[in-house]
Amino acid sequence: MHGVPLLPCLGLYQVVEGIISPVNDSYGKKDLVASHHRVAMARLALQTSDWIRVDPWESEQAQWTETVKVLRHHHSELLKSSAQMEDPDPSKTPSASAVSPGFLFVTNMQILTSRRQQNPAATDSCNFPGIRPCAAVGPELKLLCGADVLKTFHTPNLWKDEHIQEIVEKFGLVCVSRRGHDPKGYILDSPILRQFQHNIHLAREPIQNEISATFVRKALAQGQSVKYLLPDAVITYIREHGLYSCGSPWKGKGNTS
Amino acid sequence: MDTSGKTDVVLLACGSFNPITNMHLRLFELGKDYMNATGKYRVIKGIISPVGDAYRKKGLIPAHHRVIMAELATKNSHWVEVDTWESLQKEWVETVKVLRHHQEKLATGSCDHPQSSPSLDRPGRKRKWAEQKQDSSPKKPQESKPTGVPRVKLLCGADLLESFSVPNLWKIEDITQIVANYGLICITRAGSDAQKFIYESDVLWRYQSNIHLVDEWITNDISSTKIRRALRRGQSIRYLVPDLVQEYIEKHDLYSSESEDRNAGVILAPLQRNIAEAKHNSSTA
Repeated sequence: MHGVPLLPCLGLYQVVEGIISPVNDSYGKKDLVASHHRVAMARLALQTSDWIRVDPWESEQAQWTETVKVLRHHHSELLKSSAQMEDPDPSKTPSASAVSPGFLFVTNMQILTSRRQQNPAATDSCNFPGIRPCAAVGPELKLLCGADVLKTFHTPNLWKDEHIQEIVEKFGLVCVSRRGHDPKGYILDSPILRQFQHNIHLAREPIQNEISATFVRKALAQGQSVKYLLPDAVITYIREHGLYSCGSPWKGKGNTS
Repeated sequence: MDTSGKTDVVLLACGSFNPITNMHLRLFELGKDYMNATGKYRVIKGIISPVGDAYRKKGLIPAHHRVIMAELATKNSHWVEVDTWESLQKEWVETVKVLRHHQEKLATGSCDHPQSSPSLDRPGRKRKWAEQKQDSSPKKPQESKPTGVPRVKLLCGADLLESFSVPNLWKIEDITQIVANYGLICITRAGSDAQKFIYESDVLWRYQSNIHLVDEWITNDISSTKIRRALRRGQSIRYLVPDLVQEYIEKHDLYSSESEDRNAGVILAPLQRNIAEAKHNSSTA
């Protein structure tokens, strides 16, 4: 994901942390292996990252948790830890988080915001039309996702309208474009999204790299190599635990010893 | 001794590798899976051969950096390695000569190949293979012949295949030798024009059985050009190149507007050589 370098171009935000929050097992999605595996794999993948971490809270709940509740949880955790810090240096607040399907935590830097007001032309050259300056209210938590997730807002009964509204109104969305998707169109087609489009940041992926987990699972099931698509440590883990091998995905869990 | 009737294959990738990316590395994995799955081949080695500085491509940074990055990238590979022969030559070397060099190397000294034995080395093997090519009988059984020396094949993306049609970039006799004597494994985006390209070329059409097109289902746009551009713009290349490569680039500050200007206005070595030869041939005709 390229969310981090694209936001600073605006000068409005500084992303200080990213969080990956794997979904709960009771989400019931096809081919979902046990959450402790998915959490472990994410941890391995992030071993070398100095700003993204995994948070297992969502996966440890008794049942599936709506995304907005996950956002609320992490936001309140963030505010708690911010409050405990003395005179946080805005450039150093370790409180931004991005979770996949992603929360991007940013600190809103008031100084840069007012500079931008003096130079409104700056917005035009950026990837994010419609951004409005807002008063600094402390660290912000944003949902980071691909354009495919934005599209799912239109799927009947998948999201509650009031949740979508809360996500875009109170938190905000950072959406990375994907081949075959039209995120601007999805926004315009939804009254709620249209109303809060200033809080939806569309990040264009300059270098397309369409590695879908669906494809990776298929390749593994067929015994094909996924090297250089996944970190080596994750590939080793998958092999050691017999995940996603021939036949096992259809049984649901792949919980081999 | 391999009695399965399979041909041992070495995949050779030539290119600038400026820098090497995950896409380059994926070519090897896709090529190996494909060739092994045919049941006729067994891929035993992959070779990355970075081009020499005398290639004079715009933006090409010194070979020793490109070689080191390729070595870092293949550190964790059990079968892909980097070869520096081409990069060490003073003059630019045509791709067919690199193939020939590696094929001859395999023919004369494959003792480091764990499953080969000296008795399998047949210096006459290449000649015999060439005779086979001229024999148009389709019924000649391959399985009854021992596999002998591993065969080198050129691994590439569709861009290299399509570059065959760039005027003066390739000699027609070189292209012919590559597809006739060695073979091409070309990884292409599913639905690309590679098949059409082969159809429209008499030489490629003739040797199409020696051109293996492999579908790549993951749309992967990670070209070195885009990587260099992202670096100039301060954008992250994390997860597009191996971590060690990204760290090396950062540590040595390899790519900038200055580095991109290297060889600006200089004519590419193959163009220069082929145009000069054509002029010479026509003037002495």
